[in-house]
Parts: sequence; structure tokens; C-alpha cells
Amino acid sequence: MHDALASSSATAVSLPATGGADAGWRAIARTAFPFIVAGAAWEIVAHLGIFPPRLFPPLEQVAATFVRLTLTGALPHHALDTMIRLVVGFALAAIVGVAIGIAMGRSRLAEDIALPLVSIVAPIPGIAYAPLFLLWFGLGNVSAVLLVGFVSGFPIIFNTWTGVKAVKEIWVRSAQAMGADQRRMFAKVILPGALPYILTGLRLGLAQAWRILVGVEMLAAVPWGLGWLIFGAREFLATDVMLAGIAVIAIMGLALEKLVFQRLEHFTVVRWGMMT
Amino acid sequence: MTDARDRMRRIVRGGLALVAVAAIYEAVARSGLFPAVLLPPLPVVAHTLVASFADGTMPLHALYTLKRVLIGCGLAVMVGLPLGILMGRYRPVEGFVLPLASALMPIPSLAWVPVFILWFGLGDQVAILIVFYAALFPMLLNAWSGVRSVNPLWLRAASAMGADGNALFWKVMVPAASPFIITGLRQAFLRSWIAVVGAEMLAASDWGLGWVIFDAKEFLNADVMLASLAVIGAIGFAFERLVFGSVERATVLRWGMVRAVKG
Repeated sequence: MHDALASSSATAVSLPATGGADAGWRAIARTAFPFIVAGAAWEIVAHLGIFPPRLFPPLEQVAATFVRLTLTGALPHHALDTMIRLVVGFALAAIVGVAIGIAMGRSRLAEDIALPLVSIVAPIPGIAYAPLFLLWFGLGNVSAVLLVGFVSGFPIIFNTWTGVKAVKEIWVRSAQAMGADQRRMFAKVILPGALPYILTGLRLGLAQAWRILVGVEMLAAVPWGLGWLIFGAREFLATDVMLAGIAVIAIMGLALEKLVFQRLEHFTVVRWGMMT
Repeated sequence: MTDARDRMRRIVRGGLALVAVAAIYEAVARSGLFPAVLLPPLPVVAHTLVASFADGTMPLHALYTLKRVLIGCGLAVMVGLPLGILMGRYRPVEGFVLPLASALMPIPSLAWVPVFILWFGLGDQVAILIVFYAALFPMLLNAWSGVRSVNPLWLRAASAMGADGNALFWKVMVPAASPFIITGLRQAFLRSWIAVVGAEMLAASDWGLGWVIFDAKEFLNADVMLASLAVIGAIGFAFERLVFGSVERATVLRWGMVRAVKG
């Protein structure tokens, strides 16, 4: 929960200040100012030549590399492959995780059986499973996608489970009293009631998937992917390529948070008045 | 149904489930469907675990990993906590740091591994810096939200009762922000525990639990992998429950702060 809280409060700064175009420009300038300072500091260090320029390239070189790699199509290809892995792995985790979580929340038998298993497997950092998955499923896409799904599944399971259990007893009882059958009870009461938790779980799961995916791509020797781009660039001492890759990773991460989850939340739970 | 019976049923069913899963694993491992190097039977894993403890290699690996985590995490707390508190108190600091933090946060710490390898070479520094990067943001943001969430009524009441700036900070602000700060510490440790394993795998350094697992892959030693996984899980679990649990009991639970936060 605190993760979600932190990320949503972190976005508060980019909200435009009210009070006309002038205030809007001032807000943009205020947000841009720290980046200009940090960029200038980087430029000064890079141009002073304390470090070899191969290892500490000036920003204009990173930008040029970014443009060059984008024009040759290499960077979009890497980004697309990473995205596909993320989506497939996360979709797997979302489907299986929500299903297990709901089963655990609704049935005591499922809860008693699954909880100890999940509690044992979940606390181990996901990346630690990577070599095991590589051994079992071979280098490449299958391992990467399965690992991403495996790792991002746990927050989804835990939050869905908590959410289903947190549905107010009085809602369930009043729906029962009003004659709701099992199916309608689930679709109209349990699911909407648990949704804020499920969404938090999905959000945490996606964040987890994103963090792990880059590392997995480095280990799994997939032919395309941003993690591999960065890691492969090490062999050629191409720091500019690495930094261009990291910039794309940052943009994609921000876009995931802003475009996918804040919208999803807005359209469902906020509109239903379950979260403000 | 009484609570005690409920617990009994829970333990029995959970235990049965664990035994069943172990039995299935054992049956598959011994059936010879998969090569034994890939799917070692559980006694073999247990034996490897005991042997690695007996010859002292596993504790040494764990010590190296813990050293990296504690140094990196400690640095992150030393930077993140004061900076977060400053952000909560002073608007200009907040305006300067927050955009930078929001831009850096979505970059997974492992993405920096290759860059840090180029800058600092293979070894301890890379792992420590990655841990620092991973732990910094949870600490920073939680300290910041903690300070911001302090009830202004408490501050006014304390200053009306004649508390000076110093007392206001130590007696009101810090205790009030402590649930957030402890959450931040917890998250920071959790993140660094993940980051250190990844960093050790990628920036091979001869010692460390992440390195053991990755190295075992080269020799197809699935038993070593599973044994190290168990150690990693056990240490993470121990920290989470014993260290942070007792810190929480000694501070925020005793002060009666947590119920208000966790609702």
C-alpha cells in the first residue's frame, strides 16, 4: 500500500498549478530547473576530462546515440521486445494471480493449502530464481517471460486475497438478504469490493515485473531487449548506448505508471467512489 | 468454531499441503523424467546445504552479501532520511529533489549494473552502489510523506505549550513520522535484498549468495542453487520478522502510532 502511496504522491508535483497560463509555465520551469542543474553538472564533469569520455560521455553524445539508434530502428526493436515480454509475463501473472487470490479469499480450504506455499516461495527475491529458471527452461524468451510472471504474481495474489477478505460482511449479507445468487454475488459485490486491493496488487506486480525484467534480460541472453542492449554495450565500453537505453527504460517506466495505472484507477475505483 | 480449533485445522492443512508438494517433487525428481542434475531430490539438496555450512563456505557467502547490503542500505538511510525530512519541511528542497527522484525512480536498479561495472570495475563497489540506489528511493519518499503527514494540530499544540524548534522536531515530528520511516526502512531493506542478489550475479565477485547461484548454473549444480535459495529466503525472512518486527514493537507499536496508520 505504501508503495502505491509513494508513487501517487510523487506525481503530485507535476500537476499543473491553477491560475492561468502564467502559473502553468512557472510550474513547468520549476520542474525543469533541477534537471537543468543536474544536466549542467554532468556536462561540466564530462567536459573537464576527469574521466575518459568513453566512460563518461557528454549529454549531447548520448542524445546523438539515442537519435542514431532510433533512426536505425534498433532502439524501437529492443523496446518493443521488452514491452512484449513485460505484457505477456504480466498478463500471465494477473490471470493466475487474481484467480488464486480469489480462490484463497473465498474458500478456506484453498487458503489453508496455498498460504504456506506462497509464504515460503514469495519472500525470496525473484531474481534469485533466474538461474534456476534458465537451467530448467533454457536461455531465452521462455525463461524470461515465466520468471517475470512468477515474480509479479505474488503481490497480486496477496492483495487479491486481502481484498476479497476485506469485503464488508454487511455488504455480503445484505446482498444475500436481497436474494443475490452466487454468480451475482461475485460479480456485483465481491469483485467490486475487492477491486481497490486487486488494482493495488496489479500495480505492485507490474512495478515488480518491470524491475525484474531488465535484470532477467541481462542474464537470459535474449537477442533483443533493453536489458540486453545495456548489458551488451559493456563489451564495447559504449557508455553512451547504455545511457540511451536507460533513458528509454525511464521513459517506459514513467509511461507505465502514468498512462496505464493512474487511468485504470481513475476509471474504476475512483469513479465508483471507493477511493478518493 | 473456536480460535484454537481454527488454528489447528490451519496448521494441519498447511502442513499436509507442504508434505504433498514435497512428495510430488520427490516423485518427479526420482522418476528420471528429468536429469537428476536439473531436478535433484530433496535429501541431496539438504545434504548440500549441510555440507556447505559445515565447511564454512555458505556462512562466508552470506556474510559478504550481508556486508554489501548493510553498507549500501546504511548509506541510503544516511542520505535518504535527512533529505526526505528536509523535503517535508522546506518547499524549495522538495521542489528541487522531487522531480529528479520521480525521474530516477522508475529505472530499475539493475539497469545501472553495466554502467557501474564500467565505472568502478567488478566487485564490491558495484554491488554496494546498486544496493544504495535501490534503497534510496523508498527511504526518501517515505520520510518525506511521513513528515508531511504529521498532524498540524499536534505541531500547534506543542508550540502553544512552549516547545522550541528542537523539541518540536524530536518530540513531535520524528515520532509522528516514525511509522512511515519504519515502513521506508523495511521497503529499503527488501529492495536492497533483491538488488544485491542481482548485482552479485551480474558483477561477478567470487563471494556472495547471488554469485553462488549464478556460478552453480555453469556447473549444472541445481542442488547448490536450491540450497542458496533457501539461505537467501531464510535471511530475508529473519530480517523482516525479527529485526523490523522488534524495531516496530519497540517504537511505533508501543507509542500506539501504528493502529492509526494501518487502519
